Amino acid sequence: MASQGLASQRCFIAFQFGLGLEISKPSMNLLRSHSLKHLLLACLGGSIGYLFWQGVGIWGNNNPVGWGWAIINFVWWIGIGHAGTLISAVLLLFRQKWRTSINRAAEAMTIFAVLCAMQFPLLHTGRPWLACYWLLPYPNSMDMWPQFRSPLMWDVFAVSTYLTVSLVFWFVGLVPDFASMRDRTKNRIGQVIYGMLSLGWRGSAIHWERYEMASLLLAGLSTPLVLSVHSVVSFDFAVALIPGWHTTIFPPYFVAGAIYAGFAMVLTLMIPMRMIYGLEDFINERHLNNMAKVMLASGMIVAYGYFMEQLIAWYSASTYEGFMMQNRMHGPYSAYYFALILCNIVVPQLLWIRYFRTNMFWLFFVCQFINVGMWLERFIIVVTSLHRDFMPSSWDMFHPTIWDITIYVGTIGLFTVLFFLFIRGLPMISLHEIRALLVSKDHK
Amino acid sequence: MQHEEESTLFGLMAEFETPDDLLAAAKATFAAGYRKIDGYSPLPVHGLGDAIGFPRTKLPWLVFCFGILGGICGYGLCYWVSVIDYPMNIAGKPLHSGPMFIPVTFELTILFAALSSAFGMFIANGLPQPYHPVFNVESFARASQDRFFLSIEADDPQFDLDKTRNFLNGLNPHEVAEVEN
Repeated sequence: MASQGLASQRCFIAFQFGLGLEISKPSMNLLRSHSLKHLLLACLGGSIGYLFWQGVGIWGNNNPVGWGWAIINFVWWIGIGHAGTLISAVLLLFRQKWRTSINRAAEAMTIFAVLCAMQFPLLHTGRPWLACYWLLPYPNSMDMWPQFRSPLMWDVFAVSTYLTVSLVFWFVGLVPDFASMRDRTKNRIGQVIYGMLSLGWRGSAIHWERYEMASLLLAGLSTPLVLSVHSVVSFDFAVALIPGWHTTIFPPYFVAGAIYAGFAMVLTLMIPMRMIYGLEDFINERHLNNMAKVMLASGMIVAYGYFMEQLIAWYSASTYEGFMMQNRMHGPYSAYYFALILCNIVVPQLLWIRYFRTNMFWLFFVCQFINVGMWLERFIIVVTSLHRDFMPSSWDMFHPTIWDITIYVGTIGLFTVLFFLFIRGLPMISLHEIRALLVSKDHK
Repeated sequence: MQHEEESTLFGLMAEFETPDDLLAAAKATFAAGYRKIDGYSPLPVHGLGDAIGFPRTKLPWLVFCFGILGGICGYGLCYWVSVIDYPMNIAGKPLHSGPMFIPVTFELTILFAALSSAFGMFIANGLPQPYHPVFNVESFARASQDRFFLSIEADDPQFDLDKTRNFLNGLNPHEVAEVEN
């Protein structure tokens, strides 16, 4: 009985932490980062305005390098999103209880990363409002339909399904927590807003039965979905006949890279978040340690992918494949290639040692290398395969313009703004799942 | 007068402090022959659905059917567009290029199944439902925090205000409250 009392006490504490905004006022540092991210968001808005005015000619894309930063950033962002689904769905199916305290924030990260990713394919059409008829199948007055044999079309379906399912899964998880907020908040406006969002949830036993089943089904459906999304993204490359892209290893290699980048981003967000909001009891060393291990494992798969690319370039005995790899390692972009190897393979080897997995500073440090390294990976894949294509007379270098940079940095601002809004307004730790976890622990 | 009073009554509600107490009380209530009962808790209590006699949810079947429907829609869309309404020779590929239609088919299968599982759950639960009599009980605000409730509804054939109240009091609750309609 005493332990049960303790459980409810801890539920209450969990709730307080979940609310976030009740317990800590933003410090000056936080305020400064607020103005920075708003500046970045404004920078995104301004750049998009200029892009619509001038057209995609303001970007650095040129004739051999028709795919520039837009697709690099798209793949980078969408990959980051994958860790959230992995944590919320795959770890649920494997009954990894440690995921409970991080899944809500990781799911939010997924949704915001996918939103950032979607900017690029939309913007690269130049006039997105005119692109609807070849992006989405709807009966139009021109009597034209999209081309379903194109991987770019598969991308539209994969990414929009991913965003929709992630949003629905996230909202379903939030409903009982909205009910908690509705019943606790003293503010009338908050009561109305949380009341509407909670849909009148009353925690009925019959509702919980269906609710748990729906959550399980959504997790089961999200798992193949998340694997399919990055596979489809990799088809954008693998279906083309460009040397360095036309390989069967791309789908698993891209999925592993996505998990790698995604966990690095989850840790990049969680390490400061737990410090600022004092969540050390909820996101503890064990969580960070486990996430670092997942990162190490997926990083080794990525390293295997790099090795396999080299092997196939040699073993295929194809002139073009061989030249592509030679050019990648010793051509004008070789510095980027070796920076990529350093960031994605060499530095993360530190994670074999427990000290680096559990020391906040070092873990954050390694994650920054991976964030950069995964961006470089996409840069290398896109640019080194294109800039020296089949005909030497058309070879050229790729130089990004200021607008490439402002739009990319701007999406980081968009991501940060959305993430801070989430922390301020919604429970960043799943309250009902933490309660269930505490009760089941007290039973032991 | 007596009759009027009963018609405004939704039922009786007992408040418990732990999920175990609620589960035991629900089992006892079901064993006593009450059928229009429901439990309310801030977290899913395993076995509570069985205890109040709720049959297994049929949601998986709905999701399965919608998944199949989504797959048919996805493949059908690709086929109809590429073969019937807008046939185009793309790189000499056959008009019915099946493997190329699989990604869209797969994504729509997942989309339909996922949406049917979320919306099917909400609709079967009767949500959104802005008003429900149980919210009239003041202490019910804690049903989303740290308290556990059991209600017996007034339209249960065995329901009798005094007898049922005595029965609930016998289950050792924290409190028994009347739920107004």
